Amino acid sequence: MTVTTDSVRSALEQGPEHGKVESHLHPAGSFDVADHEVPTGREEIWRFTPLKRLRGLHADAEFMPSATSCTWNTPEGVRVEGVSGDEARGLRGISGLVPNTRWAARVLAEVPSSLLIDVPADTEVAEPIVVELDGTDVAVTEAGHVAMRFGAHSKAVVVLNHTGSSSIAAVVEIAVGDGADVTVVSLQDWADDAVHLSHHQARVGRDATYKHAAISFGGDLVRMDANVTYDGPGGSAELLGLYFADAGQHIEHRIFADHTAPRTKSHAVYKGALQGEKAHTVWVGNVLIRKVAEGIETYEENRNLVLTDGCQADSIPNLEIETGEIEGAGHASATARFDDNQLFYLQSRGVSEAEAQRLVVHGFFNDLIRQVGVPSIEDRLLTTVEAELAKNVLKDVGSLAAFGSDD
Amino acid sequence: MSKLVITDLHVTVDTEDGPKEILKGVTLTIKEGETHAIMGPNGSGKSTLAYSIAGHPKYTITGGSVTLDGQDVLSLSVDERARAGLFLAMQYPVEVPGVSVSNFLRTAKTAIDGEAPKLRTWVKDVNAALEQLNLDPSFGTRNVNEGFSGGEKKRHEIAQLELLDPTVAVLDETDSGLDIDALKVVSEGVNRFRQREGKGVLLITHYTRILRYIEPDYVHVFVDGKVAESGGKELADQLEAEGYDKYVSAVR
Repeated sequence: MTVTTDSVRSALEQGPEHGKVESHLHPAGSFDVADHEVPTGREEIWRFTPLKRLRGLHADAEFMPSATSCTWNTPEGVRVEGVSGDEARGLRGISGLVPNTRWAARVLAEVPSSLLIDVPADTEVAEPIVVELDGTDVAVTEAGHVAMRFGAHSKAVVVLNHTGSSSIAAVVEIAVGDGADVTVVSLQDWADDAVHLSHHQARVGRDATYKHAAISFGGDLVRMDANVTYDGPGGSAELLGLYFADAGQHIEHRIFADHTAPRTKSHAVYKGALQGEKAHTVWVGNVLIRKVAEGIETYEENRNLVLTDGCQADSIPNLEIETGEIEGAGHASATARFDDNQLFYLQSRGVSEAEAQRLVVHGFFNDLIRQVGVPSIEDRLLTTVEAELAKNVLKDVGSLAAFGSDD
Repeated sequence: MSKLVITDLHVTVDTEDGPKEILKGVTLTIKEGETHAIMGPNGSGKSTLAYSIAGHPKYTITGGSVTLDGQDVLSLSVDERARAGLFLAMQYPVEVPGVSVSNFLRTAKTAIDGEAPKLRTWVKDVNAALEQLNLDPSFGTRNVNEGFSGGEKKRHEIAQLELLDPTVAVLDETDSGLDIDALKVVSEGVNRFRQREGKGVLLITHYTRILRYIEPDYVHVFVDGKVAESGGKELADQLEAEGYDKYVSAVR
């Protein structure tokens, strides 16, 4: 039913003659599409993804004129705009991204325009910048590039909200200036037939704080790689994820915290629930602590709650350590059904089994939703979790008035 | 007249070597207004008795009966037993991440009463219950049992006892792991409950210490899955002086 594997590699343990570990965490990378083979599915970075359902986005599907509408608000002091030509070309790679896949190289080479979100230095943006992406035609294969540039000591929240039907490959680059405080939330609330392949690459400046939240509910196939590197010491990244896979859905989240600077931090928490036949989730948590990255701290955690038979959750924390001079490195991974003791405790207080299950699932996600820390989407997330639960296992339970009005 | 009647109860638990009998014919009647203490050495089956009455799925009833006011308890689900008036204060209360104490209490109260409590009086009742057990009002915002100290867990159990107001309370080693101050606070809570009209208490304990604060009407010595001897509270004093040795050696 479930598979959990785990690997921790340490260059130190392999003796002094090995400077570096051979692994997929050290790709050469290239902007030239010709340098990347079309993946076969046997590669480490593709082995869980059902390529056949990607509609060619991983290979050479034509990037057609977009059928996904894109609208946004523009809070004062911020520039949000579609740009093209030299300006768009100048934004390719602003996060330090050098593509390690054919599809990302193609997006950067072929997409004529970019959506630029530009927050100048020392600017604090009070309201979230919300970009609504609403797909209208799943038969149109398309690609997009988003560039977010946050100046030094700026503070902002950006929400990318994906709805409707789309077949889209998207590269999102995020440059976080020194001392900036940035939250990026990507909400995948697609219709059932959507296919979404995305790569979010962030470069975190000196002493900057970066929070990334990946929230996936809808879509036939959603795969997101959320990567972080550091541009100086003292940067901190919090990588959060919440996903809910229904029958037949493939939801895959990969993170990569590449500790490229000393005294940096990464903290990842991804939580998922699965229900229904052939619901499949994948979480791969890559952390690389480079030789230069002394005094860093990292912790990554993935928890999956399996609500019905027939689901599969793959969970793979993967930690590579090239220096022993660190503050801390840890990981945790757990995939389980309902905890009988939790249900017993709640039921022994008179709460019916179905209500107890519902409380447990809400509780499972609650802390994480609070950690996202964007009040305007908290209610929506709670409602969506509720709707997911109503679909399947807990469909017979009436509304639980106590929930939602809490504290 | 409310009454918990346990008759010739046999219970097994599944082990690697097949089912193992833990309770070997327990017979006990708790009438309203009575407090019964069950004392016994480790492994005698005291906690199994508590969990079997509450309906934990780990235990299989192979014989006997349990009735509450004539109603067959064993045919009810766990939550139905609670709604029928049974309460189990657990030795190891379970963490429920992400569910706040106040949400939990309100959900439980709503389930037990069949309707949501009136908001204004409920908040007052909760705060009063927490305060009497020396729990800060901010306790309500914490997640159920998560990060609680041993004493906080037990005080939280007794706060639930007072708020949910069952007919019969089974207290499973509520005294274990408590310092003397916490023991007094918890005992006062149990005594407030006992003073209410028509309540029965089954107090399971390893130590005589708690019986100085909660005075039982009856004491039962529990050994090898059944009651070996019953008496008044003087039996506890005898156990204090002599220990369980003579009972344990008698069954060997």
